[in-house]
Amino acid sequence: MSRIQELFNRKNKKILNVYCTAGYPELDSTLEVMKALQDSGADLIELGMPYSDPLADGPIIQESSSIALKNGMTISRLFKQLKDFRTDAAAGGAGIHVPVVLMGYLNPILQYGFERFCADAEAVGIDGLILPDLPIYEFETEYGEIIKKHNLDFVFLVTPETSAERIKKLDSLSSGFLYAVSSSSTTGKNKEFASAEQYLQKLASLNLKNPVLVGFGIRDRETFEAACKHTNGAIIGSAYIKALSNSSNVQEATKEFLESILTEE
Amino acid sequence: MDHKVSYQRPNEQGYYGRFGGAFIPEMLHPNVKELQERYLDIMYDAAFQKEYTELLRDYVGRPTPLYFAKRLSAQYNTNIYLKREDLCHTGAHKVNNTVGQILLAQRLGKKRIIAETGAGQHGVATATVCALKGMECIVYMGEKDIERQAPNVARMKMLGATVIPATSGSKTLKDATNEAIRDWINNPTDTHYIIGSVVGPHPYPDMVARFQSIISEETRWQLKTKTGSELPDYVMACVGGGSNAAGAFYNFLDEPTVKIVAVEAGGMGIESGMSAATTRLGKPGILHGSKSLVMQTEDGQVVEPHSISAGLDYPGIGPLHAHLFDSGRGTFLHATDDEALEAAFQLAKLEGIIPALESSHALSALKQIQFKQNEVVVVCLSGRGDKDLATYMKAMGVHSNEVTG
Ligand SMILES: Cc1ncc(COP(=O)(O)O)c(C=O)c1O
Repeated sequence: MSRIQELFNRKNKKILNVYCTAGYPELDSTLEVMKALQDSGADLIELGMPYSDPLADGPIIQESSSIALKNGMTISRLFKQLKDFRTDAAAGGAGIHVPVVLMGYLNPILQYGFERFCADAEAVGIDGLILPDLPIYEFETEYGEIIKKHNLDFVFLVTPETSAERIKKLDSLSSGFLYAVSSSSTTGKNKEFASAEQYLQKLASLNLKNPVLVGFGIRDRETFEAACKHTNGAIIGSAYIKALSNSSNVQEATKEFLESILTEE
Repeated sequence: MDHKVSYQRPNEQGYYGRFGGAFIPEMLHPNVKELQERYLDIMYDAAFQKEYTELLRDYVGRPTPLYFAKRLSAQYNTNIYLKREDLCHTGAHKVNNTVGQILLAQRLGKKRIIAETGAGQHGVATATVCALKGMECIVYMGEKDIERQAPNVARMKMLGATVIPATSGSKTLKDATNEAIRDWINNPTDTHYIIGSVVGPHPYPDMVARFQSIISEETRWQLKTKTGSELPDYVMACVGGGSNAAGAFYNFLDEPTVKIVAVEAGGMGIESGMSAATTRLGKPGILHGSKSLVMQTEDGQVVEPHSISAGLDYPGIGPLHAHLFDSGRGTFLHATDDEALEAAFQLAKLEGIIPALESSHALSALKQIQFKQNEVVVVCLSGRGDKDLATYMKAMGVHSNEVTG
């Protein structure tokens, strides 16, 4: 059973998945950020691989990507950083046990070599992939098999504009979870969240095989709660990156931010 | 059923050989899918064709002349015909596509038009047709290009468009395109994105190529009257994203006797690190929704190209051209900044035509080919040089305040 499945078997409400950008804020802060997220209560981590042209991302994540690239972040560097991230701290590793999915755009992965990428991801202990610009057709004809061969989950996105039929198809191709984009937007847009409720209810009624996590526009306790109402949890990206960018202390900033999301008033 | 391979059209998934496709995030799926399903039906509907043809004739000024450039021909000891896209309304071929796409947008029931622009020619052509049809127009333009191309920014504003600076990345055409795509993601129902070249996810490369194919459609019958044959020996055009080239080549692609020559921007030289010659410097990759040749680092980060002409300053080429290169159907040459300037001055002096810097790249490549005396060469003169006057003046060593009667 995959680490992501295990997580949802254990806990299937109010899952908190937090996005961070590899190589941000410092080139070698990737593990520190991930550790801080785990210690502060993140159930799952979405680790972004920076790209020069992140089409689906808004200004905050774009900025973190461009800083990470300036810092010298590359996929090879990332796999070096991740080499011992699953090993216990006592044995000299980073001791990160929560599931981790890599999020990124296809081009840098193609240059690295798609199969080599999947093999390396599997070897270091990555659990799944989110590649927003990999569409169904390419997944079915070329890439899906390679991903499966390396025991990685693959997460497709659905939006309020996606038809029920297509949602079912994307669900059937996904494993781990399904990523429900809260509104048709790039990341970090604070569109009115309330309007998403109907769509999230619809998702809940479709009897999908995967758990559903909601992302885009989740930024505080209120939006987190709203997102969790009809789904299994939510993904927070831009709001966390913003919190990181306003602080020089990764641990403190992370703790404070996650507390603000998770603590009951 | 016709089993002959055509270089003109992609397969159902938008592939030309191994290039093309639609690599888009799910957020764009409804818009792109709608286009894929409807573009051909809409374009080949009789009422659409009638309106498109009338606008091309009465508004754009088509057919554009095919001009026998006698003095230029003498220089190269052959027969050079210039396809005068510079005489189109707004001064370049870009308007052939925007007229088509605005009619398509209307039929899709869209209210809001977005576009990207580099040199500003496509932005102006889009603002123009939006004014014509009373549609809201938003043009994304790199902050750097806004500074470099002030006259075209002013034209767009006068035509009623909103020009939004792209401040991300390198602040040029690539980033303007990113911003336009992000806008489209954020406005999933009422907006049509008029892409300005044969790039982007399927069906854009095919759709834009079809709208631009009027260039070679006219060239064929014009050649017939002038030379007795519809087919030239060579067709040459510059390639940024590749829309004027796609249009100039289109109706000759499946005529094996016609040599296809695409000319890229060599910038300061291929090895200089300041170039935009994608077929020389690029590798297969994905940019703006399609697989093509892309200039990028070893790590797959897209690099910023350089060309003296903002319209060729793009790190990719359309998948149709990547396939022409890959298959050997097309010959790809390049001209440097200096060579393009030289060709612009040559045409001005020999023929009394001031070409756009982009088109000057195609002209410059004439000297790289050994033509025979009886051969017929068509060069696509994609645009006029008014927008490039500042660069030309600089090359002459004069400043605008020194130019007097
Ligand atoms: C006059 C002219 N020619 C050529 C181009 C390059 O575009 P394409 O390669 O799509 O024809 C441009 C783009 O701005 C242009 O203005």
